[in-house]
Amino acid sequence: MGLEQFKNRNGTPGYIYFQAEEKPKSGWEAFKRVAKISLKGELFVGLWVVLREMLKRGNSHTVQYPAEKMPIAPRYRAIHRLLRLVESGSERCIGCGLCEKICISNCIRMDTKIDENSRKEVTEYSINFGRCIFCGYCAEVCPELAIVHGGDYENASEQRAHFGLKEDMLTPLDTFKANKQKEFPGYGALSDDADTFVKKTPLAY
Amino acid sequence: MNEEMAIVIATVIKAVVVLAVVSAMAGFATYIERKVLAFMQRRLGPMHVGPHGVLQLIADGIKLFTKEDLVPQHAIKPIFKIAPVLAPLTAFTAMAAIPYFPQFTLFGYTVKPIISDINVGILFVMGVASVGMYAPLLAGMSSTNKWALLGAARTVIQLLSFEVVSGLALLAPLMLIGSLSLIDINDYQNSGLSSWIVFKQPLAFILFLIAGFAETNRTPFDMIEYEAEIVAGYGTDYSGMRWGLFFIGEYANMITISFLVSIVFLGGYNSLWFIPGALAILIKISFFVFFFLWTRAAWPRVRPDQLMWLCWKVLMPLALVNILITGIVLV
Repeated sequence: MGLEQFKNRNGTPGYIYFQAEEKPKSGWEAFKRVAKISLKGELFVGLWVVLREMLKRGNSHTVQYPAEKMPIAPRYRAIHRLLRLVESGSERCIGCGLCEKICISNCIRMDTKIDENSRKEVTEYSINFGRCIFCGYCAEVCPELAIVHGGDYENASEQRAHFGLKEDMLTPLDTFKANKQKEFPGYGALSDDADTFVKKTPLAY
Repeated sequence: MNEEMAIVIATVIKAVVVLAVVSAMAGFATYIERKVLAFMQRRLGPMHVGPHGVLQLIADGIKLFTKEDLVPQHAIKPIFKIAPVLAPLTAFTAMAAIPYFPQFTLFGYTVKPIISDINVGILFVMGVASVGMYAPLLAGMSSTNKWALLGAARTVIQLLSFEVVSGLALLAPLMLIGSLSLIDINDYQNSGLSSWIVFKQPLAFILFLIAGFAETNRTPFDMIEYEAEIVAGYGTDYSGMRWGLFFIGEYANMITISFLVSIVFLGGYNSLWFIPGALAILIKISFFVFFFLWTRAAWPRVRPDQLMWLCWKVLMPLALVNILITGIVLV
């Protein structure tokens, strides 16, 4: 195979050339072109378009931010929330520490102890929102769906490091009792038919 | 009190009233401009200062007055400082020969709402408005800034190109009327809608309107302060109230041109049907001020070479043909 086909620089087969408007050759053609452009009325189309937009009522796209807010998606990845168990209302977090391990910006710290019922209890749980990049790995890795992302995105702070503590993120008990703890369907959440997949342990036989 | 004294006092009062009212209108026009542009671009515009942002004007005024007055180190300081004063100075001087309203009677005195009725009124207005081009020219040249200098150069281009068109466009209606006094021009059109000069000289009307846009540096001919090419043109180095003076001058010029077009072509302050004369001219100038804003939202800017092409190769020949035809018809 020779190199001829690679040296051909006169275009590729199948290449479609743009047919640009031909330049006027004579003065009379140039004049006709100017007259055509001038009398086309494009300027008035522009005027009409902006006037129409001005006269429409409620045509504004402005969101007056602090007073009005855009609705955000239910699974928006903003400030984390810690959820409670649906039946008992106790914390879902079992203190496994997976979120702490997987966190790529090292911003989650937790402290656990064995409580009087010999169960693991989370005593301290904090997220440094100054470091958090809101990647969502913690929510993804959580085996109990205990840590999820909420829609609270106004987290400006006076300091670079500012911490969300367990009390801030955990669903308050009265909110929980009023059945206001929100969970959304989709990836990472319990599916609607989750109950049918539950298998009884051998002890039940 | 002798008669001369009375004329002096009346003139001073008229001058102060015109200065105050036009400055206020110019300030308010900035608010209107921001709102109209916002609505045309599906925005809300100023909303926070006062109900629907009407007090934005006061907030802007306080801001401009209290801002630090910067003079660049290498600027030619006397010229740099005097240039912004020229803009409103010439704009308001041009207004001296404009009759605003029909004459009326106040406390037994007959008031002519014109500061000085000179018999070359329209020449005076056009001439002083052209001198107004010195403001951006001197500002741009004294700033010792590349962009400001380019803005100043463009000012000269614009002046040379469009003064010819506006002068020639005005010549044809003036040939019909046979007077340069704006009051005579107005009285020429006092027999209803059909006597308006716009119907006799439609081409001159369009040419003069286009030239008016260029004289006031409004879009589509605001290339002397085109942000995308030359930052802010002649005003790059100005801040605070010095910049504010340019702004007042620009809006005062807009109002002057609106009055001029209304008086020369659209019947001026003659009453029309049931509309009294004062209201008629207010409606006309309001429309033209709105038209200035309207085109700003709708039309793109032209390049300087396109502007010169438009002016010398299209508008000036048209104006000359118009004068020729008018002359043939008159003879």
